Amino acid sequence: MGALHANRLLSLERWKKWIWSFVRLTLIAGLAFVILYPVLQKISTAFKDKSDLYSPIVVWLPEHYTLDNFIKAISIMDYWQALLNTFTLSALTTLLTAISCALAGYGFARLKFKGSQLLFAGVILTILVPPITILIPVYLNLKDFSLMGLIPLLTGKSVNLLNTYWPFILTSATANSLKAGLYIFIFRQFFRGIPKEVEEAAYIDGAGVGKTFYRIMLPNAIPSIVTVLLFSFVWQWNDSFFTTTYLTSSKVMATQLGSLPYNLAILLEDGVSSKADPFYLSMVQDTGILLAILPLIIIYLFVQRYFVESIERTGIVG
Amino acid sequence: MKSILRLNRRTYNDQKALMGFFYVLPWLLGFIFFFLIPLLSSLRYSLSSVQANSDGLIIHFSGLQNYVEALTVNTEFNRSLADAILNMVINVPLIVIFSLFLAVLLNQKFIGRSLARSIFFLPVILASGVILSLESTSLIQAVNDQNAGAGAIQGLGTFELEGMMLDAGLSEWVVDYLSSAVGRIYDIVSQSGVQILIFLAGIQTISPQLYEASKMEGATGYEAFWKITFPMVSPLILVNAIYTIIDSFSNNAMTDLIRETGFTQFNFGLSSAMAWLYFAAVALILAVSSYLISRKVFYYD
Repeated sequence: MGALHANRLLSLERWKKWIWSFVRLTLIAGLAFVILYPVLQKISTAFKDKSDLYSPIVVWLPEHYTLDNFIKAISIMDYWQALLNTFTLSALTTLLTAISCALAGYGFARLKFKGSQLLFAGVILTILVPPITILIPVYLNLKDFSLMGLIPLLTGKSVNLLNTYWPFILTSATANSLKAGLYIFIFRQFFRGIPKEVEEAAYIDGAGVGKTFYRIMLPNAIPSIVTVLLFSFVWQWNDSFFTTTYLTSSKVMATQLGSLPYNLAILLEDGVSSKADPFYLSMVQDTGILLAILPLIIIYLFVQRYFVESIERTGIVG
Repeated sequence: MKSILRLNRRTYNDQKALMGFFYVLPWLLGFIFFFLIPLLSSLRYSLSSVQANSDGLIIHFSGLQNYVEALTVNTEFNRSLADAILNMVINVPLIVIFSLFLAVLLNQKFIGRSLARSIFFLPVILASGVILSLESTSLIQAVNDQNAGAGAIQGLGTFELEGMMLDAGLSEWVVDYLSSAVGRIYDIVSQSGVQILIFLAGIQTISPQLYEASKMEGATGYEAFWKITFPMVSPLILVNAIYTIIDSFSNNAMTDLIRETGFTQFNFGLSSAMAWLYFAAVALILAVSSYLISRKVFYYD
């Protein structure tokens, strides 16, 4: 009697488990589709011919495959040049940001001095203040960059840093680039998690503060470094907020993508942009977006493991 | 260097403090030149009438005139601000709840988990900046939806579900809220990548012994979630709520309006005043939400 009862309970449990698995699968598959839908859509659109656009029977698979959209988008965006520029810019800022933020994070975590608490409150402030609030003064400052009157003293007039990479180099070398406050926070949390004994052992063995940092702390901080490198690269790549402000005429992905439809319309209709077919413009633009994110997707395929594991290991939650 | 330090009898702690200052120095310079001074001059612009000409800027103090103009004269400002705030208030709870739910799901063992995880973190890469802003203007999307008849089917489904929930006795605004969430599912999913990561990491730090003990005592999975998982990750709810609010800064109608006022109309004073009003609104929301959430948060140690 007891065995029968237990058996029935067991099978009820099993049923519950199966139903839950099914519900979970449906939910995850559905949401995954929602995420992938725009990407799939763009891939499908990119290979379509212009005539497929109005064909009622074409939904996903094109009737006439063509690479025409790609060729147009690549030539209008000056894709390879833009790719190279964007990559250089992202790599440069990523590297500088990681270095300056690691230094600041270590300073705040382990090398306490008078007023460092107050300064760390400043870091939090940079995270909380919307960047749009300070955009105009920063822009004006960079337009007539004088470094507190030092540059005019040497050359006679201030320099215009817009449309160069200098704004990005300067802000990232001083840990004030896009979302840098967040990276400092990540590094600080991580360095705080490394036991004090490690540092003391290094000191007893004769290492100074600098040597302890480079030889002991940094190798231990690889997970947080990977996190910061990944996020800062991706966010810089996609950033249109600062990029379109500082680099109005340079060929980087964000600006090229933004002006793609306009340029295309001009090309198609000999300068009268209002006459072009908006659906066709949208089609080439989708191809352009696909081209812009393609390098990121390829990189993601290789590093997604680190992405997923990165935050888990940085100790931002512990 | 070392001998000098030794002569002055600096202790290791003194040395560390000095080095600490040097380590923080690059950030401090950037903070002063690219944050603090611009912040103060933005405040000054917002209180002045600013005119740009070939010699530079001419700044006249004009009191609160810009603020008054933004709030009463400018036709778009109030609407955009209300829009931005409303979006924040609606989206933040949805994103936090949704990402917690998904983190719990993605933490369970099932076939294809790593694939599912990598798909759910894809929005971290894709849904930011220029791509998102161009996305919303894509006409192809609209055409395809119409071709596939997806719009009609989806609308019907939500509609019936709404009726069912109303019959079940839920209050009307809860139903409206939920059904609008279904409509904006892509927005929510695409903004919750980082939040899912943070929750997932938090869940994985919970000691398995707690679950084991609760199972011994006969707790169901549902009870274990509310009695163990939820209290243990509750500090992260605050983190994620704040992150979601900050994340919405870079692209919304408000930011666009402020940019346009500044960079195409060259009305720096008005633009700065708008930016400060926006900042004040955001700060208020941050303060209120952290107050509300932190009252409920449970700290283990």
